[in-house]
Amino acid sequence: MAEHVTSRKVYFLVFAALMVLTVATWLVAQIDLGWANDVVALGIAVTKATLVLLFFMHVRHSTRMTVLTAVSGFFWLAILFGLTIADYASRGQILPFVPGK
Amino acid sequence: MASEPLAEPQSHAAHHPALAHQFDSMDQQKESSTLGMWVFLVTEIMFFGVLFLTYSIYRTQYPEAFLLASNSLNVLLGGINTAVLIGSSLTMVLAIWAAQVNWRKGIVIFLLATMGLGTTFLVIKGFEYHDKFVEHHVPGPTFHFEVEHPSHHLQTLAAKDPQLEKHASIYFSLYFIMTGIHALHMIIGIGILAVLVVLSWKGKYDAAYHNPLEMTGLYWHFVDIVWIFLFPLLYLLGAHAR
Repeated sequence: MAEHVTSRKVYFLVFAALMVLTVATWLVAQIDLGWANDVVALGIAVTKATLVLLFFMHVRHSTRMTVLTAVSGFFWLAILFGLTIADYASRGQILPFVPGK
Repeated sequence: MASEPLAEPQSHAAHHPALAHQFDSMDQQKESSTLGMWVFLVTEIMFFGVLFLTYSIYRTQYPEAFLLASNSLNVLLGGINTAVLIGSSLTMVLAIWAAQVNWRKGIVIFLLATMGLGTTFLVIKGFEYHDKFVEHHVPGPTFHFEVEHPSHHLQTLAAKDPQLEKHASIYFSLYFIMTGIHALHMIIGIGILAVLVVLSWKGKYDAAYHNPLEMTGLYWHFVDIVWIFLFPLLYLLGAHAR
């Protein structure tokens, strides 16, 4: 069998890292950093999600086809966010925004 | 059809009983399952993604209402639930590990632990929902929101939004839809885990074959990832102004 067996030690370390990051996100939220609060919170969340993806979901040992499928999901999500936020951020900048028109 | 078995080609002579006839090997079968599961998870990413996008747009429009409404949540319970859910992801992955080392009793133990932690999460979530009902924070005819124990800073924030209550109800609508759909995913996950406990108990899974454990793990961890984003976005956005 080609399946990779990860040792328990790795799983416990990832679990510990996820718990530390959870405490970190709570601590940072107590300080007023303005817009940077969201950047730090999302940065920590993305790091945690990446750890879960790579180790718990075994993406680290998945085939390229599976990795491509997973990445495509997040790629399309980025398109959804990118285009929608570009729309909302640019409303009224070229032509005056008239509600209902 | 006659019950007489068809003659098997020689290449299929001796294989694992769990290997379906359309696959050449256990590896190919597992790769097929994994790919299919990931295609499903991509649809789940888009499904939850739309909710996160809606949240982002409304929060940008009504930052004060979102911050003040968020402060009415119980951060301690939300934090405990985050730890419980991460713990359940650990036990889930250990159930797969137990299968990989042929420890059949271990599979059952870790699956039951995962179910237990998942249920703990839902019970705590239930207490949080109960508090929100009591406080009239559930959007609808009896919805009511005002800032509790307002400091000068919070009063200044509240004064910036003349329709604070209306906009706070948008926050709570998103809170209930996002955490509710997340909880629904966990209920479904616990149901699947219950089936897996029975099958593991019967000895269906071993080092050579445990695809259903691996696929359920992918689903369970995905639901964990959704919560990893929900916790800071719903509970912690106003913590600095408390």
